[in-house]
Amino acid sequence: MTILRLIAFSVALMLAPFASAQQSGPLRIEITEGVIEPLPIAVAPFVAENPAAANFAGQISQVIGQNLAGTGLFREIGRDAFISQVSSFTAPIRFADWKAINAQALITGAVSVDGNGRLVVKFRLFDVFSEAELGEGLQFVGDRENWRRVAHKVSDQVYSRITGETGYFDSRIVFVSESGPKNARQKRLAIMDYDGANIQFLTDTSSIVLAPRFSPTGDRVLYTSYETGFPQIYELSVGNVQRRQLDVPAEAMTFAPRYAPDGRTVVFSLAQGGNTDIFTLNLDTGARQRLTSAPSIETAPSFSPDGRQIVFESDRSATQQLYVMGAGGGEPRRISFGQGRYGTPVWSPRGDLVAFTKQNQGRFHIGVMRTDGSEERLLTASFLDEGPTWAPNGRVIMFTRETAGASGAPSLFSVDISGRNLRRVPVDGSASDPAWSPLLQ
Amino acid sequence: MAYLNKALLLTAAIALGACSTDADRFGDGSGTPAAGQFDNGGLGDPNDPTSLAYFQQTVGDRVLFVVDQSTLTPQAMVTLDEQASWLANNPEFTAIIEGHADERGTREYNLALGARRASAAQDYLVSRGVAPGRLRTVTYGKERPLEICSDEACYSQNRRAVTVLTAGLTG
Repeated sequence: MTILRLIAFSVALMLAPFASAQQSGPLRIEITEGVIEPLPIAVAPFVAENPAAANFAGQISQVIGQNLAGTGLFREIGRDAFISQVSSFTAPIRFADWKAINAQALITGAVSVDGNGRLVVKFRLFDVFSEAELGEGLQFVGDRENWRRVAHKVSDQVYSRITGETGYFDSRIVFVSESGPKNARQKRLAIMDYDGANIQFLTDTSSIVLAPRFSPTGDRVLYTSYETGFPQIYELSVGNVQRRQLDVPAEAMTFAPRYAPDGRTVVFSLAQGGNTDIFTLNLDTGARQRLTSAPSIETAPSFSPDGRQIVFESDRSATQQLYVMGAGGGEPRRISFGQGRYGTPVWSPRGDLVAFTKQNQGRFHIGVMRTDGSEERLLTASFLDEGPTWAPNGRVIMFTRETAGASGAPSLFSVDISGRNLRRVPVDGSASDPAWSPLLQ
Repeated sequence: MAYLNKALLLTAAIALGACSTDADRFGDGSGTPAAGQFDNGGLGDPNDPTSLAYFQQTVGDRVLFVVDQSTLTPQAMVTLDEQASWLANNPEFTAIIEGHADERGTREYNLALGARRASAAQDYLVSRGVAPGRLRTVTYGKERPLEICSDEACYSQNRRAVTVLTAGLTG
């Protein structure tokens, strides 16, 4: 069992000297529109400016194409359809050749390895029909082993320029990697890129681990472990994989931890004497505060992004439903009123929606509703969908989908909040309980 | 929805009824041990009333629950009465009561539900004279199903509280 150390990484973002500011053309996707025809986009193979860059150039342009097409907002035009080849980063674009294959947007780029062995990646984005550059050319510098992150950075820029929204490609997922039979499943924490690449394990399989959650800065993870034989909450530092048990009563069972937006407060559930309630813990002072004290189950708390409210689930009205209370507790307000049971609420990073798991008539759904409970929309349906987590831009949700039966196993899926673009996240083996990081810096 | 619930409850009742007449309902001890339970080695002679094997097989180490409930059934109370007597006769044992749920629920809720079930069994044993200090509870939620099919036949066996004995006194 090897726990891999995560490599510290920095990407220098520089405005390139060749950049020339242009007016944004009419090329734009409004993500909020009801039905979208994917925008045809051409990613010209990035030009390798020296031999050491050759492999990276091909891989980077490939990942950029996968990222953009994976959103469902773009359709990548196959290279065999290209009329023009881009053999130099500075050569004029022959727009007619790109119009002829109906490319609405064109991405060009160049890759070199500099004297320090660092990867230098430049890119430009063109609006083909208005024959204009969209935004400025940019240059990223990073370590060679982090070439995928550079590709994600470029993709985030393209996504942002065309949609007007922040991207989500340069982000990570922490999740539970599962193996073994259903009645003796082994679970370990793992972390990977948002698209399933670069999996690294953070714990071994000696104890059951559940439901990891990123800190607001993405450098720490809260989770629940049975290391002591009882479920208790832990904090793990992603950089050095050091973990520590949080300061909660040893005789109690604790689970469902999540950070407050300040990153210094943890909200969690504590079960004692068969009753589960919600508490907060200040990581600096160790001060603990009880937020609920009903004899019913109160669990799965999640802070609003402004830190002023908490959404959680409770069965105080006989079945699991969603409630909102102040960050310090107080009388909660029920927000879910549809058919069935509601659990695992998660406040969106934009603050406008709550994602949840719904059980109704033997089916499980991932859904979203406004924070007052209105405009409920179910995005998925299956034998068992649960545990939504938000992409950093609040446009995509990842969740666990488990299949039925003796050989049933969980996988990670993602779906747009429009309900479109349902995809399985390519992870080797079984996986559950994803949590999406903020955008990396 | 109401119809569905009734159907589930009926199925559950049938499953429980079947269990009560099934002498081998806890298996012959040759199955794979679940997490936190004793390995088959060291269970002792099932004919010895002070053995762990006797507690598991003759007394009955587990009670079952209806869907989304932690209320003890009459059958569960009979089993727990037997457990309380056994614990009274074997004071050198302490126990951890594991609460479990079936897979038809969300992870956190099932942890809380398992805690409720374990606690219901614990409270009953205490009411029958077992010293509270001899009992501790743990919830496994839906993490450690005993049966792995996705049918009520399995779910009814997985909604359980299991009394796992440990030799030696602890605080």
